[in-house]
Amino acid sequence: MNAAGFPILTLLTFLPLVGVAIILTVRGEDAIVASNARWTALWTSLVIFALSLVLWAKFDQADPGFQFVESANWLPQVGLTYKMGVDGISVLFVLLATALTPICILASWESISTRVREYMIAFLVLETMMVGMFAALDFLVFYMFFEGVLIPMYLIIGIWGGPRRVYAALKFFLYTLAGSLLMLLALLAMWNQAGSTDITVLMHTLFSPRMQMWLFVAFFASFAVKVPMWPVHTWLPDAHVEAPTAGSVILAGVLLKMGAYGFLRFSVPMLPDASAYFAPYIYTLSVVAVIYTSLVALAQTDMKKLIAYSSVAHMGVVTIGIFTFNAQGISGALFQMLSHGVVAGALFLCVGVIYDRMHTREIARYGGLADRMPAYALTFMIFTMASVGLPGTAGFAGEFLVLIGSFKVNIWLAFLGGMGMILGAVYMLYLYRRIIFGTLVKADLKGILDLSPREIAIFVPLVIVTIWMGVYPSSFTQFFDASVGAMVDHHQAALASTTKLAGVIR
Amino acid sequence: MNWTIAIPEIALSVMGMGILIFGVLQKRNTFHMCSMLTVGALVVTMALVLGGAGGLGYSGLFLADSYAVFVKLLVLAASILGVVVSLDYNEHENLRRFEFPVLMLFATVGMMIMASASNMMSLYMGVELQSLAIYVLAASARDDLRSSEAGLKYFVLGALASGLLLYGISLVYGFSGSMAFDHLAFVLSDPSRVSAGLVVGIVFVVAGLAFKISAVPFHMWTPDVYEGAPTPVTAFMATAPKVAAVALFVRVMISPFGHLLAQWQQLVVLISIASMVLGALAAIGQGNIKRLMAYSSIGHMGYILVGLAAGTELGVRGVLIYLVTYVFTNAGMFACIVAMRRRGRAVERIADLGGLGKTDPGMAAALTIFLFSMAGIPPFAGFIGKYFVFVAAVNTGLWTLAVIGMVASAISAFYYIRIIKVMYFDAPEAAFDLRPSSLSVVAGAGALFTTAFFIFPAPVVAAAAAAAKVLFG
Repeated sequence: MNAAGFPILTLLTFLPLVGVAIILTVRGEDAIVASNARWTALWTSLVIFALSLVLWAKFDQADPGFQFVESANWLPQVGLTYKMGVDGISVLFVLLATALTPICILASWESISTRVREYMIAFLVLETMMVGMFAALDFLVFYMFFEGVLIPMYLIIGIWGGPRRVYAALKFFLYTLAGSLLMLLALLAMWNQAGSTDITVLMHTLFSPRMQMWLFVAFFASFAVKVPMWPVHTWLPDAHVEAPTAGSVILAGVLLKMGAYGFLRFSVPMLPDASAYFAPYIYTLSVVAVIYTSLVALAQTDMKKLIAYSSVAHMGVVTIGIFTFNAQGISGALFQMLSHGVVAGALFLCVGVIYDRMHTREIARYGGLADRMPAYALTFMIFTMASVGLPGTAGFAGEFLVLIGSFKVNIWLAFLGGMGMILGAVYMLYLYRRIIFGTLVKADLKGILDLSPREIAIFVPLVIVTIWMGVYPSSFTQFFDASVGAMVDHHQAALASTTKLAGVIR
Repeated sequence: MNWTIAIPEIALSVMGMGILIFGVLQKRNTFHMCSMLTVGALVVTMALVLGGAGGLGYSGLFLADSYAVFVKLLVLAASILGVVVSLDYNEHENLRRFEFPVLMLFATVGMMIMASASNMMSLYMGVELQSLAIYVLAASARDDLRSSEAGLKYFVLGALASGLLLYGISLVYGFSGSMAFDHLAFVLSDPSRVSAGLVVGIVFVVAGLAFKISAVPFHMWTPDVYEGAPTPVTAFMATAPKVAAVALFVRVMISPFGHLLAQWQQLVVLISIASMVLGALAAIGQGNIKRLMAYSSIGHMGYILVGLAAGTELGVRGVLIYLVTYVFTNAGMFACIVAMRRRGRAVERIADLGGLGKTDPGMAAALTIFLFSMAGIPPFAGFIGKYFVFVAAVNTGLWTLAVIGMVASAISAFYYIRIIKVMYFDAPEAAFDLRPSSLSVVAGAGALFTTAFFIFPAPVVAAAAAAAKVLFG
């Protein structure tokens, strides 16, 4: 059995479905059903979060391998097992998913008033899919959760979204599905060669360089859409703008991490030669993403769209970090993913706060909010600074590490990637100035209320984590140091053996 | 003589005739009674199939092996669902005729013979018995112009296909000297005895069978017949006969013609690609849900043929697993379509589903499950089926086929997802009439199976693997 003494990952994955079952049994008047659904969902997600803290406490940080491993026979005839486990790379993402879900449910407390029951069910199912995806140690299990995420997210955007929600939902679904199907083919090809879809086995299976190229392209089709990388990022602004606030939070906080996680879990360790071969192309796309989407963000008039484009830019930094193949770069990418998950999620929540009051996301409709909403102005500032990457906030350590890592590869890469930080400061501070500062002239803003206790309860943990990650980053990095180190060694060894092999053949 | 191996078929036929006589002798309307008796007969037959003896009999015409058992059980299950789906519809649409379930029963006998055919002659007998019963069923709404047209169209084109099949059989017989599958396999194991005439014969046989499973380019009848036939008949046609015809197709290609894989593989690959692509593209523009289901089933046949194209044990296993998921998803889907009835009138436009998520959340949830399953989204059953089929294709190195299949799958997701969009995101139409419990049962069973299949696929996979093994034994 594992360190926790009970199948914790399976519990974490499937407990939300228990909440779903409870919500389904609630009958009665709409108002009562809605209230019951809200409380059930909140308590379920809180219990899950509390349970996930066991991972935090019991995780052995010195062990680079998989922990809390559990497996059960699923389809023994074809070498498929249900296998779960986390290593340093995935454990914090499981925590991120379990932590953001209660926050999202709390954030939708009042803003979602129609079909509350279905909404809460969708969110709990989404949690199952997210946690399962990060904890899966079998490729097919991973794939099922990876795809399964689409179903609740499609419904969340499409039912509770904004005016153009149908278009956005369909675009989101088809973009990501088209990518994933190619990954399924890659999965089949790998299974065909290795005879197993166990991730730990696949990591130590040698694929011929030619095959690696094809596999990499197939994986890339899937993960690049999810990250999203330029030029397949166009679904993201639409999805973000139309999704309800909590949907945006989960989208930015967890779903965008799925692509980068895929690169880290599959592309880099399983296909070292192809990864090395394609790295320059990834750098190029990432740099374009960083600079181009930053400029696009500068021109936005819609707050959510601006933050959506900034997410693309931040994820560009992540992909640069992953493909530097050195410990600093990968650690930086991981840290950036976590901090972006918290910060971008919090920024969407900030937008949600004033959207709930004024029902517009038009930047020009605001101004001078500092007058009426001092607490809000402070909160928003902390997250703006974190997004900019100010030292002492969550955003700094990740970007800094990625820059160090990319400096080792190429000075121009570091320079161009660093441009993102400058441009990020420009568009975020510009956004902040237009919304918070200035004089409060618009009549309808005069009566706007500051943060309610519920909203404060949402933001306090996020602020704490943001500062904590900025002041004492090593309490997070030490989770993945060992795993990242092992991964870098593995990558280098694989490359060396291929070169040796090539030498022998020649 | 080892006559006991056909006891299930004999018993079912006898029970069918008994029900027929019962229906004729009764003065009052016995539609409901006869339907129930038919379901009973089918259940009894299932038990007989499960406990039946195996072996080759009737001068090599009839073969009962585990492949046949697998297919027969699936066909019987599909027929039961078909009969149950028709109960309420026929009451409403003035189709309360006791012949209706009996015809379904005899079609099922035909399908069981198809599953057990081990000779070109019994193959043809099974196909004809099944087809003739369904021609009548398709035209059973006599006062409805579309139904008559569907019946006639199906009959004329079906007769043409039967002609092609017979012509192919005669060529095969003429150039090889036998109609028995085992003898054919023995003869064809020597490549020097394979003549051009024989290959032409195989092509004709493939064409005839491709018509029965409505694969492109022999699919022309499908949309019109699906749309015109009474909905329960469409539901029946889309499930049980497809299973039997696919099973027969697979057996013919693998057992007698298995040694000629190189000759027919290209053909099946082409048919498969054409079906997947046409199924994906042509469905996009449809506004009628029955027509959409016709194109959808054409696409599904394409995916199934991917498994056959592989021509391996893995491929056949994939086909059988796909058939299982296909039957339950489709039966549930059609139960929902039959339930689309507003103020006593059946409606069948996709737009009629508008806002179903509000007016009938249960049915909308079930339909969502079926549609996601058909689109191949995990964790639903349809994904498992696709997975096993594509495993086989990749295993044999049919990369082009696999890639095209995946692309077609992504395209077809568009129109499945669009229906979900209509149900949940569009403005609500008036609510449907109260759903009869018979349809709720079928839809519920289908939804449960489709959702839960991924948890315990092992027994089905094991049974399919055992059944596939027989063909290569």
